[in-house]
Amino acid sequence: METYVLQIFNGISVSSILMLAALGLAIIFGLMKIINMAHGELIMIGAYVTFVTQNIFMSYVDKDYFDIYFIFALLAAFVITAFVGYLLEITIIRHLYGRPLDSLLATWGVSLVLQQLARSIFGAPNVDVKSPTWLDGGILIWGDLQLPYKRLFIMLLVALCICGVYYFLYKTTTGRRIRAVMQNRTMAKSLGINTRKVDAMTFAIGSGLAGIAGCALTLLGSIGPTLGTNYIIDTFMVVVLGGVGTIIGTVAGAGIIGLGNTTFEFLTDASLGKVLVFSVVILFLQWKPQGFFTIKSRALDE
Amino acid sequence: MKIRFANKFKGIAGVVTIALVLSLLLAGCGTEKTGGSNEAKPAATDAGDTIKVGILHSLSGTMAISEVSVKDAEMMAIEEINASGGLLGKKIEPIIEDGASDWPKFAEKAKKLLQNDQVATVFGCWTSASRKAVLPVFEANNGLLWYPVQYEGMEASPNIFYTGAAPNQQIVPAVEWLLENKGKKFFLLGSDYVFPRTANKIIKAQLKAMGGELIAEEYTPLGHTDYSTIINKIKATKPDVVFNTLNGDSNVAFFKQLKDAGITSQDLTTLSVSVAEEEIRGIGAENMKGHLVSWNYYQTTDTPENKEFVKKYKEKYGADRVTDDPIEAAYIQVHLWAEAVKKAGSTDVDKVREAAKGLEYKAPEGLVKIEGENQHLWKPVRIGEVQEDGLIKEIWSTKEAVKPDPYLKSYAWAKDLSN
Repeated sequence: METYVLQIFNGISVSSILMLAALGLAIIFGLMKIINMAHGELIMIGAYVTFVTQNIFMSYVDKDYFDIYFIFALLAAFVITAFVGYLLEITIIRHLYGRPLDSLLATWGVSLVLQQLARSIFGAPNVDVKSPTWLDGGILIWGDLQLPYKRLFIMLLVALCICGVYYFLYKTTTGRRIRAVMQNRTMAKSLGINTRKVDAMTFAIGSGLAGIAGCALTLLGSIGPTLGTNYIIDTFMVVVLGGVGTIIGTVAGAGIIGLGNTTFEFLTDASLGKVLVFSVVILFLQWKPQGFFTIKSRALDE
Repeated sequence: MKIRFANKFKGIAGVVTIALVLSLLLAGCGTEKTGGSNEAKPAATDAGDTIKVGILHSLSGTMAISEVSVKDAEMMAIEEINASGGLLGKKIEPIIEDGASDWPKFAEKAKKLLQNDQVATVFGCWTSASRKAVLPVFEANNGLLWYPVQYEGMEASPNIFYTGAAPNQQIVPAVEWLLENKGKKFFLLGSDYVFPRTANKIIKAQLKAMGGELIAEEYTPLGHTDYSTIINKIKATKPDVVFNTLNGDSNVAFFKQLKDAGITSQDLTTLSVSVAEEEIRGIGAENMKGHLVSWNYYQTTDTPENKEFVKKYKEKYGADRVTDDPIEAAYIQVHLWAEAVKKAGSTDVDKVREAAKGLEYKAPEGLVKIEGENQHLWKPVRIGEVQEDGLIKEIWSTKEAVKPDPYLKSYAWAKDLSN
């Protein structure tokens, strides 16, 4: 019994991690139609920002306050990764709108450059981020069923991020502009929206979310130059399955893939589990090529 | 493009083409000859002021994590030899190539080192996949490769010297020790590729013969990041021992998440064969404290040679760096080659191979000896426990160096494995 309850919890936890990693991608891929192969490396930047923040706290801040570094790291990861994304947009991505294949290749190149850059700066071996002590351990429910605080924290973080993004996109003026550009770029332009500015901002926000994901992932996994490559395929799968351009789609996609992964892995093994999940996704996309949720649009090119 | 080029520079292009064709023909003859009789190879490496050697590791891509420090150790050994007067009166000149974690590229670079640079020997590779990729190149060109990493065995090429552990110098004694001290029920966990699968095949045969019990055998893809399900399975099946052959980043995820699930080394014995001091730094010592590993060498190994080695390595590359088993093997293999060259009085591959047989060397891990029959090393085996500071404390070791047995011929239960 405990095993099954824990397994369901694991499924939800994996889904939440995928959601966090895919949220930024969903915004960039969904709203801007840019296949951003460097998304994984933006996650990696977030993780290294956490590492650097930790080191700064270790050397300059009193030991008693060391544990709060993680909050600062989350903020720093968002801001710095968003800035890197902004630079990326105005130097490279901007010139490649409407050329999906070119942007795919260019961002893939960027991802390789960023990986090698990380290797030159921080060295090839993985680095260690000590998680704050208030996230050690877990809640004991009954017997030896223990839910780790770290996984609960990530779930909470994901919920906050999704609410934040939802609020931003649907309740603020800037968000409305972003959606307008996404639905009909030419019309938005002729109504006086500065689409260039909106593009740069959208890309920066999507990147910043990747940074937060990177920061959170340091709690669970490795921090090295190739960190991003471990997540990129699953995150793309989430976005494609969920339907391009909707937040609710990303949530549903991540939920299905996360729960599917853990369930199939539990019933068979990790390699076969992955094969089964991918097969299900492929079959599903045969039936609904647009994914779970699609935005209704009157534009002719869709 | 080619045609336009030829029109513009007809004369030069013609000459270049002819030269290319000729050199290709020559190279072809060269390989044919060396394939037939070994004497025909020109002793080009003995001419000139330096002895060229190749270093072939992944300096980019996923494997750079491990291979960069191995390269560093080899460079340090070369510098030591040069500082003490060189070899046969000449300096050693290392030519570094990046295999980029891409196996076909390893073969391509190996060919370049052997045919274009005419190196006397090559130190290189980490994964079995890269070794298997370069093996035919070394055999066809009668080159010499020194390979510094523990591996799954079942191989003994006359063109490779294996300075890491064979299975009977790491895995087999570890399983034996666990059965005696920790319990009979084994959970095998590994990454899904050739080394863990072959290693587990050996372990399963051994468990069967020695009265152990296989609880489960699980593989995860390389780069797998979520171990909650596996940990749940471990919890449900309650094994005495988890034998861990995971590789790379996955180890970080596994040990971090194991700790979060409330399982410490007190509750569960794990023994890893691909986690050394270098990897522990990335995993975080606090996550791995008390867990077991099996190797031939630790940074804490208590020999005068090792104190010297660790000191030099830290002086050269920084006090925060650590040494570990593959780093040590990489370091000693350069010295072993140099000793063999001195003994042979030449860098000729066949003479060096002959001279290397039975060669002894006082290594940081203790006295090692090259076994002539299969070109592996006699090595001591050590089981260690991870400490709070990320270093490993030896808790058991063989009294003497163990004879390498890559095909496990001396074990009755391994009869059916080698084919």
